[in-house]
Amino acid sequence: MFTEIDTAILDDPAPPLSADRPRVVQKRIKGKRVNGSCDSKAEWVGHIKRIREAQDQAAFAELFQHFAPRIKAFLIKSGSDTAMAEECAQEVMATLWHKAHLFDPSRATVATWVFTIARNKRIDVLRRQRRPEPEDLGWGPEAEPDQDDVIALQQETAQLRRALRALPEAQKDLIEKAYFGDLTHREIASQTGLPLGTIKSRIRLALDRLRHAMN
Amino acid sequence: MEQNIRHHLTDDLLMAYAAGSLPEAFDLMVATHISLCDHCRARVESFDAVGGHVLGEQDTVTMDQGSLAATMALIAQGAPMAKPTRPACSVLPAPLQDYVGGDVNAIRWRSIGMGVKQAILPTTREATARLLFIPAGAAVPDHGHNGIELTMVLQGAFSDEVDHFARGDVEIADEDLEHTPVADMAEDCICLAVTDAPLKFSKLMPRLFQPFLRI
Repeated sequence: MFTEIDTAILDDPAPPLSADRPRVVQKRIKGKRVNGSCDSKAEWVGHIKRIREAQDQAAFAELFQHFAPRIKAFLIKSGSDTAMAEECAQEVMATLWHKAHLFDPSRATVATWVFTIARNKRIDVLRRQRRPEPEDLGWGPEAEPDQDDVIALQQETAQLRRALRALPEAQKDLIEKAYFGDLTHREIASQTGLPLGTIKSRIRLALDRLRHAMN
Repeated sequence: MEQNIRHHLTDDLLMAYAAGSLPEAFDLMVATHISLCDHCRARVESFDAVGGHVLGEQDTVTMDQGSLAATMALIAQGAPMAKPTRPACSVLPAPLQDYVGGDVNAIRWRSIGMGVKQAILPTTREATARLLFIPAGAAVPDHGHNGIELTMVLQGAFSDEVDHFARGDVEIADEDLEHTPVADMAEDCICLAVTDAPLKFSKLMPRLFQPFLRI
C-alpha cells in the first residue's frame, strides 16, 4: 500500500486560504520564468495558452513534436500495435487542442495532462470501456489560477520527478508497469512508498482555491 | 463537495484509477467519490502526476510522415460533441448521472424484497455497479463477500457492525466482513455499490434469487 505520511491528516480541515501562500515559497520562486524560451518545462504552459487564446498552430507544432512520439511509445508499451498507436497519438493531440481551455496549470503540468488524455484514449480503444471522470472543476472564463501557484506546482512536480528517478530500478519498473496498465489494483497494492506527500498538498491547495473562486 | 467525509478510498484503488487499470464499475465508484471528495481528488491527481512522469520518460517512437498535417486535419473537423453539463448539487454526482441518464428520478428501480430496491448500471462485466435503495430504518440482508465490495452513500446514511456512513463515505468490505447495513431512520438511503464477485447471502431466499438479480 502507498501508506504515506499523510494518513494522519486525512480528517484535518483544509488549511485556511490566508495561510496557503507562505512567504518563503514566494521568495523561492522569485525570478523564475514561466514562459522562458527553451530552458524550462514551464514553457509548455505558455504553449497551451497560445492554443487556447490564439489557435496558434506554431505552438501546437512544437507540442506535437515533443509529446506525440512519447504518446506513441507509451501506447505501444501499453499493448497497442504501431498503426493504432500512431492513430491514437494523433487523436490525443487533437483532443489537447480542443480541450486547451480545460487545462488547469495550478493542478497539473502539461505532461501530466497529456498523460490523462492518452490514458483515457487507451481505455477507450484498447479496453473498449467507458471512462467515468469526476465532475469538472474549471476556473471559468473570468478567473485564472495565480502564476505563483502554477510555478509552485511545477516545482513540486520537478521534485517528484527527482524522487521517482532515485527509486531502485525494480520499483521503477513496477511503477511503469502499473501505468502501462499491466498491474491489477491488487498488484499495485503490494508496492510501497511513493513520495507524493508534498505534491498532493499542493494540488489540494489549488482545489481549495478553485472551490473558493467558484463560490 | 462534501466537507465531512470520514471514510475514503484506498491508495491502491486511486492509483489504479489514475493508471487506468480498474474495471469500469470501479472507475465509476472512484469518479463518483472524488466528485464529492477533494481529499481523494488531490490524491488521484498526484497519481496522475506520476503517470505524467512515466510518459515524459519514454524513449520517443517516430511519428509517421505527414502525421502533424493529419492531426491538423483532424482538428479542422471540429471538437467532438461535448457531454451535457449535469447540475452539480444533485443527489447523483455527474459521472453517475451519465450512467443513469438523469438524477434520482430517472433511476429504474427493481424491487429485491423487504422494500429494498436496486438498479444495475451498464458497465463491463468484470465487476458490477448498482444503485441500492434502502427504506429509512430498513436493513439489507446480511451478506459476506467473495471479492471486494465498495459501498458509497449518496443520500441518507447507514450503520453496520463497522461504523456509521453518510453522504460521500465509502465502506470497503472484503472476504472477512459479514455485515448488515441498516439505514438511518431520518431518510431513505441511496448508495452506489460496486463488487468484483457475487455477494454471499447468509439466508436461503436471497441466495436463490442471486442468479437472477446479479447481486
